[in-house]
Amino acid sequence: MSDMMKKTGLFGLVAVLILLTGFMQSWNTALQILNMGLISAIMALGVNLQWGFAGLFNVGVMGFVALGGLATVLVSTRPIPEAWSAGGFGILLGLVLGAATIVAAILAYTRMAKGKGRTLAMLVILVGGFFLYRWVFDPAVGAVEAINPASQGNIGGLGLPVLLAWPVGGLLAAGGAWVIGKTALGLRSDYLAIATLGIAEIIIAVMKNEDWLARGVKNVIGLPRPVPYEVDLQASPAFVERATSLGLDATTASTLWVKLLYAALFTVVLLILLWMTQRALHSPWGRMMRAIRDNEVAAEAMGKNVTRRHLQVFILGSAICGIAGAMMTTLDGQLTPGTYQPLRFTFLIWVMVIVGGSGNNIGAVLGGFLIWFLWVQVEPLGQWLMQLITMGMAEDSALKAHLLDSTAHMRLLTMGLVLLLVLRFSPRGLIPEK
Amino acid sequence: MDFLNAIVALSNFVLIPAVAYGSQLALGALGVTLIYGILRFSNFAHGDTMAFGTMVVVLFTWWFQSMGITLGPLPTALLALPFGIIACAALVIGTDKMVYQFYREQKAKPVILVIVSMGVMFIMNGLVRFIIGPNDQRFADGERFIISARDFKQMTGLREGLAIKTTQGITVVVAVIAVVLLFWFLNRTRTGKSMRAYSDNEDLALLSGINPERVVLYTWLIVAALATVAGTLYGLDKTFKPFTYFQLLLPIFAAAIVGGLGSPLGAIAGGFVIAFSEVTITYAWKKVLGYLLPETLEPDGLVQLLSTDYKFAVSFAILVIVLLFKPTGLFKGKSV
Repeated sequence: MSDMMKKTGLFGLVAVLILLTGFMQSWNTALQILNMGLISAIMALGVNLQWGFAGLFNVGVMGFVALGGLATVLVSTRPIPEAWSAGGFGILLGLVLGAATIVAAILAYTRMAKGKGRTLAMLVILVGGFFLYRWVFDPAVGAVEAINPASQGNIGGLGLPVLLAWPVGGLLAAGGAWVIGKTALGLRSDYLAIATLGIAEIIIAVMKNEDWLARGVKNVIGLPRPVPYEVDLQASPAFVERATSLGLDATTASTLWVKLLYAALFTVVLLILLWMTQRALHSPWGRMMRAIRDNEVAAEAMGKNVTRRHLQVFILGSAICGIAGAMMTTLDGQLTPGTYQPLRFTFLIWVMVIVGGSGNNIGAVLGGFLIWFLWVQVEPLGQWLMQLITMGMAEDSALKAHLLDSTAHMRLLTMGLVLLLVLRFSPRGLIPEK
Repeated sequence: MDFLNAIVALSNFVLIPAVAYGSQLALGALGVTLIYGILRFSNFAHGDTMAFGTMVVVLFTWWFQSMGITLGPLPTALLALPFGIIACAALVIGTDKMVYQFYREQKAKPVILVIVSMGVMFIMNGLVRFIIGPNDQRFADGERFIISARDFKQMTGLREGLAIKTTQGITVVVAVIAVVLLFWFLNRTRTGKSMRAYSDNEDLALLSGINPERVVLYTWLIVAALATVAGTLYGLDKTFKPFTYFQLLLPIFAAAIVGGLGSPLGAIAGGFVIAFSEVTITYAWKKVLGYLLPETLEPDGLVQLLSTDYKFAVSFAILVIVLLFKPTGLFKGKSV
């Protein structure tokens, strides 16, 4: 009973914090925090699946989130037929050739007898395949990127409803996770960490540089939305009438309504995923996962295929991160590869999971909300604190100006401090695993 | 066919930059490998430790410059280096006492220590950005070149110029001195020997009366010195930007793992392997091939295997290849 009360109390605290933001700052800010909190909670669920259930140390969350965002662009934007006739199929052919080269090299490695012949064959396949791939790929890319580079220059999307992009984002991330897991999961925990860290950087580098894919650092803006536009709402007499009857002006009401609709959509996704992960945790599968986590050797001796289970849970967790990434890009309405930073998209999610309670889905969700709230609110709080500290200083002092300017960096310090304090004094998190 | 010019072009654009970059990576990787060997965890905060040490060096350099103290043709940063090392050592030893020691006494699992180092990374990163801001800072001064491209052309009459930046020369000299000192310390002094003993077999070392806290203290001191030197050299050669140092974590870890975690010699070899592959794969070979091949075969494109933005992919690919085929690295490292 007290466990239930603790959970209710902690979630109540989050609710109160968000409501306070609404009353003291603005309801728009409060709803923004709520929406990103929902998305963060989903990301935390994904990481918790990998770390809490199975003990996999994945620090490549950013990469999967970005893949989800990429899916949004590829699914929902308008198709560009010119690009496809110019070189879209050439690009596809190039990618297929590249993949075929790697598969052929792996086949040569596994099928041929060990020796100089095998090494030579692999080298020939890899080098030849690389040049063939570049020979097909480069002109096609040049042709696609030359089409209307100011606003397009990419292969465009499928023009499908944006909500479809969320599961697709999950699938894309799952595909990425399969490739990564196949190569890296056999490694020791810290090697896996470095490997995933590197892959996340590579995914971001690809998204920044391959303009044909999603315009790279030129960004894709104006993605379609699953909810109505504010402008349309303000133009609709029925909406304006309802807003005035509630005592709100049409502009504020429209922004709030749009955010509420997003919140409703995100809540549905979060509840579905939470239900699924809770079922997974209490199923025989979940018990097996935790058994593997706690003692790999014993689990293997009981006939469990540890590598396969690790691969499975790695893919599932990454897919959840991908879904969250697609949702986030939808909420932003744009894809900006330059904004993906590992501190924000990988390590912050880790802080959420650890603070919330690794191994406990409810805890991960709580951590998502709480840490996101802190992440947003530390800045105004820091500003206020700095003003208090610098109150006694001379108005034109350089130190004062510097301190006030630097408050933006307080949030990293705070996050580190929170993580260290929780690890030290409550290592199992706020809502520990049962 | 113009063999001489090809060699000069190759040295100018590939060999010399790679040697300098490799020395910087090697010094960074030595720090990572020492922590792994003795404290037995992968320190994710290493990039930010480097950034902190370098930041102190930058601040002291500015202070010296404002007072008019310089080293003439050499960068003033060399004068500020000891102060950076002291500040960095104070920081990491303070961190160890406040954070890591607790987990060491509990004999926590290495992965917990890695997560703890993530928290430390956040704090150090915030601290550096808080003090010096997130932007690029230049602090190199003194003579820019040992040999500039124009002088070299005049001297030799070749078509290609060879430029050696002062910072590149200093990087190599300082790195050699640091590595010689480190190996002398590890192999000849009592403390160094006790460190190696502790790294090889903790229980035996404790049995023979080695004080573990002393070993740990010396390790942090050395790591702080190596990190500050590596960071300062990198900053002199390129520029100082906190985020770049965070990103250096990847090639540094790749270097340490490729060489074999826990093996100092491996860290140096790994640093050069990573640096040379990064530079050669992202270099546009058109010029060198233009000199070497007969005119009819001269390449049209840049002959660049990968664009420079993918240099992380290179260190990563090497890392994965080495791990798949030789999991303990080139020089047999340890695996906890």
